[in-house]
Amino acid sequence: MRFSGSSEYVATQDLMLAVNASITLQRPLLVKGEPGTGKTMLAVQVAKSLGVPLLEWHIKSTTKAQQGLYEYDAVSRLRDSQLGDPRVHEIRNYIVQGTLWQAFAAESPVVLLIDEVDKADIEFPNDLLRELDRMEFYVYETKELVKARQRPIVFITSNNEKELPDAFLRRCFFHYIRFPDKETMEKIVNVHYPTLKKTLLREALEAFFEVREVPGLKKKPSTSELLDWLKLLLAEDIPVEALRSKDKKTIVPPLHGALLKNEQDVHLFERLIFMSRQQR
Amino acid sequence: MLIDFFLKLKSHRLPVSIKEYLVLLEGMSKGVISTSIDDFYYLSRTTLVKDEQNFDKFDRAFSEFWNGVETIPGIEAQIPLEWLLKQAELTLSAEEKKLIESLGGWDKLMETLKKRLEEQKGRHQGGSKWIGTAGTSPFGAYGFNPEGIRIGQSASRNRSAVKVWDQREYQNLDDSVELGTRNIKVALRRLRKFARDGSPEELDLDNTIQHTAKKAYLDIHMRPERHNAVKVLMLLDIGGSMDDHVKLAQELFSAAKTEFKHLEFYYFHNCLYDFVWKDNRRRHSERTRTFDLMHKYGHDYKLIFVGDATMSPYEILQPGGSVEYFNEEAGAMWMKRITDIYSKAVWLNPEPEEIWGYRQSVQIMKEIMNGRMFPTTVDGLERAMRLLAK
Repeated sequence: MRFSGSSEYVATQDLMLAVNASITLQRPLLVKGEPGTGKTMLAVQVAKSLGVPLLEWHIKSTTKAQQGLYEYDAVSRLRDSQLGDPRVHEIRNYIVQGTLWQAFAAESPVVLLIDEVDKADIEFPNDLLRELDRMEFYVYETKELVKARQRPIVFITSNNEKELPDAFLRRCFFHYIRFPDKETMEKIVNVHYPTLKKTLLREALEAFFEVREVPGLKKKPSTSELLDWLKLLLAEDIPVEALRSKDKKTIVPPLHGALLKNEQDVHLFERLIFMSRQQR
Repeated sequence: MLIDFFLKLKSHRLPVSIKEYLVLLEGMSKGVISTSIDDFYYLSRTTLVKDEQNFDKFDRAFSEFWNGVETIPGIEAQIPLEWLLKQAELTLSAEEKKLIESLGGWDKLMETLKKRLEEQKGRHQGGSKWIGTAGTSPFGAYGFNPEGIRIGQSASRNRSAVKVWDQREYQNLDDSVELGTRNIKVALRRLRKFARDGSPEELDLDNTIQHTAKKAYLDIHMRPERHNAVKVLMLLDIGGSMDDHVKLAQELFSAAKTEFKHLEFYYFHNCLYDFVWKDNRRRHSERTRTFDLMHKYGHDYKLIFVGDATMSPYEILQPGGSVEYFNEEAGAMWMKRITDIYSKAVWLNPEPEEIWGYRQSVQIMKEIMNGRMFPTTVDGLERAMRLLAK
């Protein structure tokens, strides 16, 4: 199995290599990068291009590692015992499989996405060490050992909100998705909007990278914001001339609300534009 | 195989382990990559480096190893190029920039600097070619050459110590502190007290069993999910002598933000006076009176100061001693007022504990805090948190 990008996802060479290494060596791949650079999409696209099912486990601040393995539904069992249901004698009926168990139990290899691992409690990654390393865990209630039939292809994404423990990192491969340069960006846009006019694209990209370079922005616009913005530009049928700000230096890019998501950023941006207008 | 490369990475203080090295070998033996050096670079980076902050270190080690260039002792280029450029852009005037153009522009200058860095073998002072202090070479601190590049001379001149990069104590300081976000969090956890309030969400199994047995029908009891009820008020020293500690304080702050339910933070400069502020950019327009602060947050808040307490003693003891404006009451007065209200208060000082004794203001501040000043090491934090949790 080899991954080499897809018709909907542009993968750089280092990213492809990291993915292939983690597939071949059967180790989880930890993906970091600025928000909106396609960390989650990677797992989706890998699963799609390899033609294997994708299991997703989205982590929240309240997620416990145990929930990914299994949960013992004590409340149902208690209720069933009140009602005299015969199921109550078999504890197995009340064990609910988690995403990780499903991935381990799958007949064919699957892609498992553990999304935003940094959102969880600080001990969360530590609780998954053995599960990710040896791909097995123990169910205490039924005293059985669950072992992966095939090691799933594991992708873990992180937004760097918390640092991950070393022991966890050692078991993973690591890839940092850099913000794409203009060339890669053009490829990415082409994949999403193949019919976009060449001139419009070039002007839009230039405007986009200019906005990214405005100092002091709290959140720089990312790839996904650029795609949204282009979609808007297309929908509104903005003429190319409106984007050509180079010579005049004063024009606010149309629909810049799609690029800047922070009220303070929009404010700062408009102030800078205003200042440059005054200098003229 | 490749053991030298592995050791090279180790010598660059990259946190690589034998296990990861074996994985790299496994990957090569399984034919993940072709024979190209680019592929090898990507594979070794993805297996060995687990933090993008270390990418730069890795790149340096990698290029060194594969070019066979020896490390220059003492100055193995701890200066990122972008930083240098930024610094220089900031400090140079338009005319100076023109002069640079006359020398062949930035790229040329940087190229030369790189070459010099490689050539230079030791510390240097004076002269007109080598990088060092007080020379006329274009490179180094305190130079007279208008197109000179200031290396590592801090923008703030009010500190007695000059940060030049041949004086390497500050880097060592970073290493010996070794306080990442994670360590801080572990220490801050001591502050947690789990108080149960909020909406009932969790099945209280013990209570349910007990009540079911008592009433002879199923009586399910829920209890609120536990959460942290510690309230914290943080006052952070910002600007001036804090400049080189801002990063550490920010780490501390970002760690703290997710750890508490109620966390309020304000900034001050050097010492606490009549006003504090929330947004450093708008520190003069949007200030909060310290009195209001003390009235707003109850005495059950735990107070944490973060600052190096390094200033002139007058700034603490004298009315009008503030470097920013005329304060009618001495800083010490304000410190006393606030510590009287918040009985649980500590001061965290990012400077290493050993040098506190040499700074009078630190001693005074420590006295005002009744000795409750701690360094921002894991140990210091633990002591501080234990005191707060008491």
